[in-house]
Amino acid sequence: MGSRASTLLREEEIEEIKKETGFSHSQITRLYSRFTSLDKGENGTLSREDFQRIPELAINPLGDRIINAFFPEGEDQVNFKGFMRTLAHFRPIEDNEKNKNPPATEPLNSRTNKLLFAFRLYDLDRDDKISRDELLQVLRMMVGVNISDDQLGSIADRTIQEADTNGDTCISFQEFMKVLEKVDVEQKMSIRFLH
Amino acid sequence: MENFWVGVLWATEIWLYLIVCLIMIPAMFGFSLGISETYMNILVKTLEWATLNIQKANAEEESAKASASNGLIQREHGSMEKELEELRRSRPKPPVGGDFTLSDCFYFTRRGIESIVDDEVTQRFTSEELVSWNLLTRTHNDFQYISLKLTLVYGLGIFVRYCILAPLRITLACIGLTWLVIGTSAVGLLPNCRVKFWLSEWVHVMCYRICARGLSATIRYHNKENRPKKGGICVANHTSPIDIVILCNDGCYAMVGQVHGGLMGIVQRAMVRSCPHVWFERSEMKDRHLVTKRLTDHVNDKTKLPILIFPEGTCVNNTSVMMFKKGSFEIGATIYPVAIKYDPKFGDAFWNSSKYSMVSYLLRMMTSWALVCNVWYLPAMHQQEGEDAVHFANRVKSAIAHQGGLVDLQWDGGLKRAKVKDTFKEQQQKKYSSMVVGDDSNSNSD
Repeated sequence: MGSRASTLLREEEIEEIKKETGFSHSQITRLYSRFTSLDKGENGTLSREDFQRIPELAINPLGDRIINAFFPEGEDQVNFKGFMRTLAHFRPIEDNEKNKNPPATEPLNSRTNKLLFAFRLYDLDRDDKISRDELLQVLRMMVGVNISDDQLGSIADRTIQEADTNGDTCISFQEFMKVLEKVDVEQKMSIRFLH
Repeated sequence: MENFWVGVLWATEIWLYLIVCLIMIPAMFGFSLGISETYMNILVKTLEWATLNIQKANAEEESAKASASNGLIQREHGSMEKELEELRRSRPKPPVGGDFTLSDCFYFTRRGIESIVDDEVTQRFTSEELVSWNLLTRTHNDFQYISLKLTLVYGLGIFVRYCILAPLRITLACIGLTWLVIGTSAVGLLPNCRVKFWLSEWVHVMCYRICARGLSATIRYHNKENRPKKGGICVANHTSPIDIVILCNDGCYAMVGQVHGGLMGIVQRAMVRSCPHVWFERSEMKDRHLVTKRLTDHVNDKTKLPILIFPEGTCVNNTSVMMFKKGSFEIGATIYPVAIKYDPKFGDAFWNSSKYSMVSYLLRMMTSWALVCNVWYLPAMHQQEGEDAVHFANRVKSAIAHQGGLVDLQWDGGLKRAKVKDTFKEQQQKKYSSMVVGDDSNSNSD
């Protein structure tokens, strides 16, 4: 826990992050502490290796995809703002009512944005469609070697069949949202932050 | 000019005489003049006063600081089965083709993000975060000017610690080590007899007592009736090399470790002259059978001192106990567990070996307020019939964690430097697969 941690984060930055993400002042300083403790290279950014060093994340079957979600297109380093922006997706939705100044645009932790986060875990090439191959890749990550290719293929086919309404054998974001409309996304994709 | 040097010499003589009379002689014979007790009382009162002041100042600013726990998030502890069941409740189970929905990834995603924000393992390899400041620069996270009095006390503290205590402690440490080398070599010249054993123990304990005074260590031993006996193995949780000084203040142990060069090597060779320790060459450490054999031989000889082993294999920050390596639990000897818990208010004892070298760590120790710790001797444990070494190790670990108020973790302390094994990920994948296709996940339906 570095004693230099809070001094490197300026008040203006904290205010910006507060407005953009909705985290409170103390949450931001605590998360900054966490950010610096993960940043072994001490250069103000995190690389993929820094995330991989967390054992619980390294053994998570979707670990690599989750780490990927932090890094913008084609980049290898994520700074504190980017870190917070991604974490903001997991703020509980009811916290928005406590905010005195709700943001003008849709908040990062709205139901739609949470679903978009999950959608992007599947949609690796960011073409706004989950193809059969992309679905198979994620399935393979989650089940490891325990299910045969054929069986996995039929699971993927069935899933696409159920979701696909316009017949293009891919799942668009609208179709994705329709399939999951009864799921309690607000609770399942939220983390209860203290303070 | 002449007078100046005479004066310096005279001052040094007085300094040394004072140290010998007031600190060394009591340490050698195990009684106390009450100086350290007075120091500790003043220290405790000062820290309490400082804490109150800080809390008063903070209470005016923030009305509701959350509970005393330092957690950042509240984790969900539902099992994979329970969580996935809840996620799938929204649709009926399909008759064929496996039970998978697009929302299954929510469970893994949330667990992943939770571990990014706050995980059980990486926090164990850095110093513990204190709930309130203890007037040391190094634990200061959030510098706010509280009051003039507090800043004055803090400044006085710096002066006392660096200019008065540190030189004193360094002198003591040097004297202690030198005496250890000379004393053990001298005893080593005697022939093997009861007097030799008695003298050797006395020399060892005396030197460790001097070293303990050199760190202003206040140690409280509990349950002394369970102290390790000859022919057994003593296991303890590991926070720093100082653990050895702490334990050896109250009994004699045979050490286990690698042969070092330099100063450590001299100390090791001297110690071995007076009573048998188990030092391994670097190449020998890799041969597990050799290691086990030497330990077994030592343990079976009932005249030899109990072996002191730290099964975690690395220093951890004293908030938890990590996985115990099973090597010492396979030997079949009586295990004497010991729990060591340091009080972080007076100084952080954890040695972060990737951040500080041994010398800078010792200097940090000597410029802390003091070292306060509790040592609990737990009743001896034996391997039960049909119990394997891993299970036995876990049982001992739980007992130590429970006594010391530490978190009992299954993770390997080696994760400080090494990557986690893939088998854990495979376990999760297997579990998830059985939820997708049911328990016949190995059958290929063609």
